[in-house]
Amino acid sequence: MSENQQQVWVFIEQREGKPADVSFELLSKGRKLAESLHGELKAVLIGHDLQALAAETFRYGATEVLLADHPELKHYNTLPYSRIVSALVDQHQPRILLFGGTFIGRDLAPRVASHTRSGLTADCTDLQISDVTYLRQEYSQLLLQIRPAFGGNIIATIICPDAPVQMATVREGVMEKIPLAQPVAGRITPVPYTPDAADRLVRIIEQHHEASKVNLKAAPIIVSGGYGMGNFQNFQILYDLAHVIGGEVAGTRAAVDAGFIDHVRQVGQTGVTVRPKLYIACGISGAIQHRAGMSDSNKIIAINEDPDAPIFGVCHYGIVGDVMDVIPKLIDAYKHKLK
Amino acid sequence: MSYHSIVMVKQVPDTANISGQVMKPDGTVNRSKLPTIFNPEDKVALELALQLRDRYGGTVRVMTMGPLKASDLLRDCLYMGADEAILISDRKFAGADTLATSYVLSEALRQLAPYDIVFAGRQAIDGDTAQVGPQTAEKLGLPQITYAEEILQADGAKITVKRKVDHGFEILEGTLPLLITVIKDAATPRPFMAKRVMAYKNAHTLLELEKMTEGNSLLYMDQLKEEYVSKGLFIPTLTADDLDVDLERCGLGGSPTKVHKIESVVLGGGAHEIIPATKDGMYALIDKLMEDHIFG
Repeated sequence: MSENQQQVWVFIEQREGKPADVSFELLSKGRKLAESLHGELKAVLIGHDLQALAAETFRYGATEVLLADHPELKHYNTLPYSRIVSALVDQHQPRILLFGGTFIGRDLAPRVASHTRSGLTADCTDLQISDVTYLRQEYSQLLLQIRPAFGGNIIATIICPDAPVQMATVREGVMEKIPLAQPVAGRITPVPYTPDAADRLVRIIEQHHEASKVNLKAAPIIVSGGYGMGNFQNFQILYDLAHVIGGEVAGTRAAVDAGFIDHVRQVGQTGVTVRPKLYIACGISGAIQHRAGMSDSNKIIAINEDPDAPIFGVCHYGIVGDVMDVIPKLIDAYKHKLK
Repeated sequence: MSYHSIVMVKQVPDTANISGQVMKPDGTVNRSKLPTIFNPEDKVALELALQLRDRYGGTVRVMTMGPLKASDLLRDCLYMGADEAILISDRKFAGADTLATSYVLSEALRQLAPYDIVFAGRQAIDGDTAQVGPQTAEKLGLPQITYAEEILQADGAKITVKRKVDHGFEILEGTLPLLITVIKDAATPRPFMAKRVMAYKNAHTLLELEKMTEGNSLLYMDQLKEEYVSKGLFIPTLTADDLDVDLERCGLGGSPTKVHKIESVVLGGGAHEIIPATKDGMYALIDKLMEDHIFG
């Protein structure tokens, strides 16, 4: 057993030097996991000119940043990035390695897990440390990787009893970002990078990134629609309501799959997790994957025709009725009372 | 230049249409009650491979790892236009997580080499992990392009692909051979072709032929197999022996992730206030939200 076995690592994702929010969320969670293990929290950062970003991780409790800094690493590229992270894992054998469930994290994590033959669980909605008895054997301090599975009918707890490194991806917003009052006095350790011909097998020709126009996580009020909205046209009424009461519009995965709304506005296990002051669930049945992304909202209103819809199990105010009939009434009532 | 593709496909439970019968009272899944479908993004991956063949020529082979009844899925691929279908099946592969699955798939690809492009759906709807594609590529030392939404062009050993990223897209140029995972928006899968359905509904695996000839002599079995091979109706099956795999890396035993606990979701009727769907009800609701300091 290596002396490093109790390390918790978080891969810090950046684009143009700007960190992904999910990375700081994972550092915040990683700090708690490291405390449970009496271990150390470390950040893995790859890119170019990232000293300032590296230091930012100290505010979330990283005691060391493993930093690969090189002009050729400026943009994410699967082969060099996975080669660097895999080599670091081989060398240091952290106990836990977390990635954001983003386009980058979901491209990178499986390659690293494959190379190091580690267990990897996607889209966890909770992570805990616990002693476990599995097949009559005792294992101390395993990472419990908890996620809904099978169309949301079950919640599975996944473990990696025999793998030295336990890996997981987590979507944005699932964990809360909790900066420390005082940054820790961490250190930055340079990781050498030697360019390899194989790193150029895939070249970036063009990149088009728009700044995100929606920030569901910051919205105090969210009006959200599900498949029960019926069609794209009906779905538009949610924008009317959101406009009047000052909220953002979101949707379930079923609404996204049906083409009612764009994926960037998806709330749930495979979308964003939100905690607004008010969440209005319209025509949403309330599958566990969706509830995983919104049940921590301060107040929840559910509007659904089916009185047995599971969404009523998590709401504070329940309205049984046709959304197309209820929403105009709600808009009128709001205007009458507050304008 | 023409291109030789292999598409990795999977038969999955139709998780979007799970009925009450499927969940057992103890919260486990009764798989025999689950209808199965062609994993949607794998079907799109096959469509992209067929489009590439339409444009540049070449071949499209499909392979799946699964139980014997996954041959249904392979026939669907033949109906769409695949040139050849291969079943990877062995009890020793059962219970595999993504790592163990990608190991067997990568060994199968080694046998099926050479190829220019390996296609796969981005993810399967029964797990949504999106891990098997990249893990298979890693084991073969192949570069990868994930989240592909369009193949712009192929030219010699280079392929140009548009891929989706958060709030935008990238255009990448990859050197063949490589692996591409495909998102749903990339294409609309073509319907089955009637002529091909007529031809390939009789395509069978060895085990299916054995069932058909039950009670007949082994000699007859050999003749039958030869006949099917000559007509292009034989679906080869690759087993653990055929692939010469390290059994310690296969199936449940070769999977580092284990299911520790499964809880059925308790759809509790939590305490909530019922608001009538009337004008008065809405007025009362606004009052409550003002008391909650959400409005006003």
